[in-house]
Amino acid sequence: MKRKHLISIEELETHEIEETLETAKSFLEISKRPIKKVPTLRGKTVVNLFFEPSTRTMSSFEIAAKRLSADVMNFSSASSSVRKGETLKDTVLNLEAMNTDLLVIRHSASGAAKFLTTFCKSSVVNAGDGTHEHPTQALLDALTVLERKGRLNGMKVVIVGDILHSRVARSDTFLFTKMGSKVVLSGPSSLLPSYFSSLPVKVEYNLDKAVEGADVIIMLRLQLERMVGGFFPTLREYRERYRLTPWRLRATKPDAIVMHPGPINRGIELSSDVADSGRSVILEQVEKGVAVRMAVLSLLLGGAR
Amino acid sequence: MRRLLKNARIVSPLNKLDLIGDILIEEGQIMEIGKGLSCDDCELLDLTRMIIFPGLIDMHVHFREPGREEAEDIRSGAKAAAKGGFVAVGMMPNTQPPVDDPLRVRFVVERGKDSKVYVFPVGAFTKGREGKELTEMALMAAEGAVAFSDDGSPVGDPLILRRGLEYLLSLDLPYIDHAEDLRLSQGGVANESYFTAKLGLRGIPWVSEASIVARDLLISEFTGAKIHIQHVSCKSTLNIIKNAKARGVRVTAEATPHHLLLDETFLSNYNTNFKMNPPLRTREDRDALVEGLRSGIIDVIASDHAPHTKDDKEVEFDAAPFGVIGLETTVPLIWDKLVSKKKISIKRFVELLSINPANILNLKGFGKIEKGLPANLTVINPKKEIKIETEKFASKSKNTPFEGWKLKGAPVLTFVEGEIVFKAL
Repeated sequence: MKRKHLISIEELETHEIEETLETAKSFLEISKRPIKKVPTLRGKTVVNLFFEPSTRTMSSFEIAAKRLSADVMNFSSASSSVRKGETLKDTVLNLEAMNTDLLVIRHSASGAAKFLTTFCKSSVVNAGDGTHEHPTQALLDALTVLERKGRLNGMKVVIVGDILHSRVARSDTFLFTKMGSKVVLSGPSSLLPSYFSSLPVKVEYNLDKAVEGADVIIMLRLQLERMVGGFFPTLREYRERYRLTPWRLRATKPDAIVMHPGPINRGIELSSDVADSGRSVILEQVEKGVAVRMAVLSLLLGGAR
Repeated sequence: MRRLLKNARIVSPLNKLDLIGDILIEEGQIMEIGKGLSCDDCELLDLTRMIIFPGLIDMHVHFREPGREEAEDIRSGAKAAAKGGFVAVGMMPNTQPPVDDPLRVRFVVERGKDSKVYVFPVGAFTKGREGKELTEMALMAAEGAVAFSDDGSPVGDPLILRRGLEYLLSLDLPYIDHAEDLRLSQGGVANESYFTAKLGLRGIPWVSEASIVARDLLISEFTGAKIHIQHVSCKSTLNIIKNAKARGVRVTAEATPHHLLLDETFLSNYNTNFKMNPPLRTREDRDALVEGLRSGIIDVIASDHAPHTKDDKEVEFDAAPFGVIGLETTVPLIWDKLVSKKKISIKRFVELLSINPANILNLKGFGKIEKGLPANLTVINPKKEIKIETEKFASKSKNTPFEGWKLKGAPVLTFVEGEIVFKAL
């Protein structure tokens, strides 16, 4: 990969996605070895800059960097001087002054990762910026589907829930459509405004119809913290219309898989019997996440084997 | 001192003046207009191939004095105005503290006397710009306030608006309307659309502007008071204004250079110098605004000059304040992109930037080049090529979305009461 930063899936070429997924596949095996470490990024310094709470993504990047022998530092805003009124730019410049090679950033403001690229010397990886994108999540979702189904082309992928506030929905939509999957978006119209039909997707408000013949269903978490004003009347009504239940799953392909970027709200978007069933590949996604992040780090830092 | 401006094209549509000739200025006044004028011991300025216009007026600027003088003070703002070819500005009251009482109006007037161009204060419509209690508008007018507005904030309560508009009838001064339904725009940072949704930017829907314009024009119609709609940004608002004008509502409206020349697609890099309120909208809205200049729905081009320091703007998009500066870019932009490209005529240019703002704010002696009037003049060289470079700005702030644009046609001389306040011949 020739680029220095990974900010969005939208800006990636198909061959770059393929290259990243191929590289990630080759890294899968490393995590199964008794000694889970390769020297690819020895001597490189990776900083995790997390300005929003996250356990899964930050741990995943940390483990990925460590398995590549990079030095990793974690920084979260709770323990930072951001609270003392320092700007994002100053915070980042101070960390970078310690000669970092790559910054992984998560931030509540859309465009924050792109903003870093305007003044940073290090590579920047977007680990989720506001409601914009979360590119490594989409890549790990794709790797999960690829491992299970053998291909992305022609797959029917249904993304369900709070599309409006979901960076995962945006990244997944760009990735799966670029790779030839048929993407269907489903959710209440207030969380799935009509302009989303400008994407190369099908919009289907009725979940029962949306999941018909699906190969992959990606359930999203309701981002109650990002909602201003009543987007829907009650959780009860939302559950009734958009919770994935075993009954609803009967309309999908028999081997359809259920994914979720986590953290899941049991009983809201997913019934527990679906979450814990053989259809659910949620933990596989987490496992693939490490390989995908290893691939991204090594490709951006030019250390791919 | 006497000055003779020679061989220029002199354009003043109000008194049907359009000739190649000379203007003699004495003691700050226009003494003579004609061909082949001469005078002894005059300062002679050869303005061959240049155009002299009635002094241009920007009726919508923010100078940050008092309160945020590091972004702009009245003196630096006036200097930027002079450099941009403006002889007068209407200064909005959203300073800290706001200009909401007679004493503060006097402060602005005094500071304005000290600066290069006329600074006409617009007084706050309600105390503290809080939309709750009317200000002492008659006393403020007596100190020099030319209009009233809570600009930056809308007047949410229709009863306050009604009472204030009715009260203004007796002063015959205009109310200047920042139309925005804060409940609909809450949390938004960019136009609400497919394009900005892809960028993950929270939306300010066009209906947050248009719905309040509709309401406020009805209240204006009901009361009979004059209302001026600021920074129109979308097609729907234009239709509402058009309709009201046809019914005889006393409404005027303005558009900014950025809404006329830019659209939401410029946001793709999250550059905060493209963040303003109302936001840049769609290409279709932008085209409709340009058409509105031609058709007469839009009466005024105003910059909404909103200075912010580099520190304030160099942050994440969500955290940046709204607003861009415009005093030093408006004339070259409008000249190159609209006049030279034949989107508007030279006559329309003068109406939009001088005659109509003078009319709306009841500024006597402006908008016209005529013997006996104060020599407030703007000279434009239509062939001058410039590049917009913030480091050369007179403004203390640099937050323009037009950095690096190359344009043809620029102001080269600005006269305020016969004095040269800017010269780049």
